[in-house]
Amino acid sequence: MSALTASELDKVRSILERDPTETELGIFTVMWSEHCSYKSSRLHLKKLPTKSPRVLVGPGENAGIIDIGASPSGVPYAIAFKIESHNHPSFIEPFQGAATGVGGILRDIFTMGARPIAVMDALRFGPLDDPAHADRNRRILEGVVGGIAHYGNCFGVPTVGGETVFEQCYNGNPLVNVFALGVFRHDEIFFGRASGLGNPVIYVGAKTGRDGIHGASMASAEFTEESKQKRPNVQVGDPFMEKLLLEACLEAMKTGAIVGIQDMGAAGLTCSTCEMGSRAGTGIEIDLALVPQRETGMTPYEIMLSESQERMLLVSEQGREEEVFAVFRKWGLDAVTIGRVTGDGKLRVKNHGVVAAEIPNRELADEAPLYDRPHDVPPYRPAPMEAPRFRSNHLTADLLKLLASGDLCSKRWIWQQYDYLVRANTIAGPGADAAIVRIKETGTSIAMSLDGNSRYCALSPREGARLIVAECCRNLSTVGALPVAATNNLNFGNPERPEIMAQLVETIEGLAEACRHFETPITGGNVSLYNETLGEAIWPTPVVGIVGLLKTAAPVTIPFKNEARAVLLLGGLGSSDDTRFGGTQYAKVILDTMWGLPPALDLDYEKRVQAAIREIVNEGLVESAHDVSDGGLAVAMAECCTDGIGASIEVDSAARPEIALFHEAPSRILISTALPQPVEEIARKYQVECASIGVTMKERLRIGNRTMTWIDCSARQLDEASRNALEDRIANQNA
Amino acid sequence: MRFGVVVFPGSNRDHDAWHAISNVFGQSAELIWHDSTSLGPVDALILPGGFAYGDYLRCGAIAKFSPVMKAIKKFAADGGLVLGICNGFQILVESGLLPGALLRNRGLKFVCRQITLRIETSNTPFTCTATRGQLMKVPVAHGEGCYFADERTLDALEKEDRVVVRYLDNPNGSLRDIAGICNEGRNVMGLMPHPEDAVESLLGSEDGRVLFESMIHSLVPSPA
Repeated sequence: MSALTASELDKVRSILERDPTETELGIFTVMWSEHCSYKSSRLHLKKLPTKSPRVLVGPGENAGIIDIGASPSGVPYAIAFKIESHNHPSFIEPFQGAATGVGGILRDIFTMGARPIAVMDALRFGPLDDPAHADRNRRILEGVVGGIAHYGNCFGVPTVGGETVFEQCYNGNPLVNVFALGVFRHDEIFFGRASGLGNPVIYVGAKTGRDGIHGASMASAEFTEESKQKRPNVQVGDPFMEKLLLEACLEAMKTGAIVGIQDMGAAGLTCSTCEMGSRAGTGIEIDLALVPQRETGMTPYEIMLSESQERMLLVSEQGREEEVFAVFRKWGLDAVTIGRVTGDGKLRVKNHGVVAAEIPNRELADEAPLYDRPHDVPPYRPAPMEAPRFRSNHLTADLLKLLASGDLCSKRWIWQQYDYLVRANTIAGPGADAAIVRIKETGTSIAMSLDGNSRYCALSPREGARLIVAECCRNLSTVGALPVAATNNLNFGNPERPEIMAQLVETIEGLAEACRHFETPITGGNVSLYNETLGEAIWPTPVVGIVGLLKTAAPVTIPFKNEARAVLLLGGLGSSDDTRFGGTQYAKVILDTMWGLPPALDLDYEKRVQAAIREIVNEGLVESAHDVSDGGLAVAMAECCTDGIGASIEVDSAARPEIALFHEAPSRILISTALPQPVEEIARKYQVECASIGVTMKERLRIGNRTMTWIDCSARQLDEASRNALEDRIANQNA
Repeated sequence: MRFGVVVFPGSNRDHDAWHAISNVFGQSAELIWHDSTSLGPVDALILPGGFAYGDYLRCGAIAKFSPVMKAIKKFAADGGLVLGICNGFQILVESGLLPGALLRNRGLKFVCRQITLRIETSNTPFTCTATRGQLMKVPVAHGEGCYFADERTLDALEKEDRVVVRYLDNPNGSLRDIAGICNEGRNVMGLMPHPEDAVESLLGSEDGRVLFESMIHSLVPSPA
């Protein structure tokens, strides 16, 4: 348990002007935990851009909200979206940890009034072939995927994409970051505010039990041997209950009787009461005896700190409670008045009339300690700068090995377990560069992508963060969408270590620079610190989710469609040297090492390439388009060959073949087209290169330079290398 | 035509069915809450996909006790068209309106992907505008879709031409690749795949249209 420090306890005493009761101490401990208060990161998060004309609601609410334009009849629409982590619970109990991670972020979306229409997940596990931890890693992977499927499928939200990466640093600390997005009209937006003196405070949803007590504090501590005993701290999810809660809440909101609403997530009843009061500048008085309880004999401490799932707190207009109750009755859910909004600014918690806690809301919710943790050292780097000597024996074999590797292989085994179609909006689902979901009401669509690359960030947190934002925006631009806003999940180790804190600060500054450049303000997100097990921190792992807007139309997809089409590399071949090659998948999979720096990024050039591809795609000039990223040009080429059409490619590069084929320079998009000339004209207009590198053909992929063939392989063999690799790895271990 | 889409607590493809009927086919579609005791003036019913009552106990096992089921049984007995999709199929089977059972997928995992179906008979109101042997690309999305019945029932289904659609690439281990069946009266059909998610080319396939077009066709009063 991460308790309050001595100085924090002093602050509690000065706020209360007395010693805290046991319940009050519990309340302060969770609200001032890293998880709830962002006490180590808040100072630096202020550096992030958060505004644009589209941003209706920025950080600080349950989710960010942006304007997406009006329906044909002129009704303005918006989307709410956010990403959140459930890392610690998913390690302790993978299935329930991941399931409740999905449940938590969905509530953040519909508590604002939006109907969730898409979920994506960024997952990080230890390798499935790790000599010491393979069994546990596989068990965690299977549990996490099963938990996400269980919750999302039953709730009825499509899981439309995400990413899964395997690194040894996640052996003892897997990451589960869940992104959710919902849609609504501007006039349907609700806030977590307890306004209006005397208004009733109403508890709805599942009953409160002893599960999840101190989950937020657990998520704010490192893992030790004792953590295994924290299984009772992990909540148990009931997606059916959540589905009922969703429908009931959206229906209740339509009555017009609801003033404010907030879900009970981390820190449960404590967080929802004091935050709602704090935002509205009011007090809240509740009596715990009125709270629906699943177990007998619960103490005020337990009720206030329980993280039982599928619960909401709402404030309705006085005298209109019955309208709200009627809706919840229809859905078979508990809805009980447990207190009132008061004018004294205090959270007063009674139990059978006896005061158990009395704390000023604002001080509790917003005056948490703020730390400027030391970070005046270079960020911790787990790799040398110097490149080793390397030379490939067989480039085609290298490519096949890369395609079968954990990070690059098809994730079909994972996403086939997710219902990615429910609600009949999915235009592009898992496996695409960006997922696309249409908004039926507006006739437009939303594209979304999640990206992270801890290898790049381990080598340089700042450059890595910039590259992630660039890639995420590029994924959207590749399908023709204009990136407009972002959310981020910062997964790091122990911030009390300066070399880790330095990673965090550099990452935030890199994100800030890139998000400003691409005009994608960050509207909210999550920070997950203390991702360490037995003193070993994960690599810095920022995950960025960016949303883009596009017109509703048949999507441009990755595979080549026809023979005898020109293959162009928009943005050019790019360049790399030995130092900038050290963070690539080639270095990881083929050379089993890491060194140097991530690929170099020119932000201005990247932005022009993206503007060009958007115009090219939206003009309908291409038959296929694919972002070149992990694994470089050769892997991107192979990924274009999955429908049986290959290509003959000549790379006019002075670089050695390993680097020419597998370097990961950004700002490149691979396209096939029957109309190369207008494509080249658009490239010229934006002053970006457009290398004509070959032509599509039947069944084979051949890549070389003017004199040599480097890679020669059937399209089928490439597809087979990737298609079942993950499944086979899991099956082999289960055997 | 007036379609009713039955909404149980936990139904989640009710919206998909409603959207297909009203926005794609331009028919009237009304949502019918599970505790309704009468259906109102509807010409056909759809029991949509989802997780009615959380699929607790067994898929469809609690839904069969919903008040609306009595009205649905009467509607079916009177010859009304009832189409159960996915969870709706499971509910029809649990209610005894269709024979057999739907077990956990052979692979033990939820499976969501495009599959190919073959239409085995055009002698139902759900396939009357199709031709026998016609192929359809439609998605599946279920964890418990493995169709099971004893040999005698299976033989009877085949003999009576009641296997309506079969998988070409069986995703769940269903016996004899059965994806959908109808009752003896041929007015109640259940299938695991989602034709309602395959009615717009924008979303990848229009092959599911034929089921709805057939229903609409068979509901239009034939010219005297």
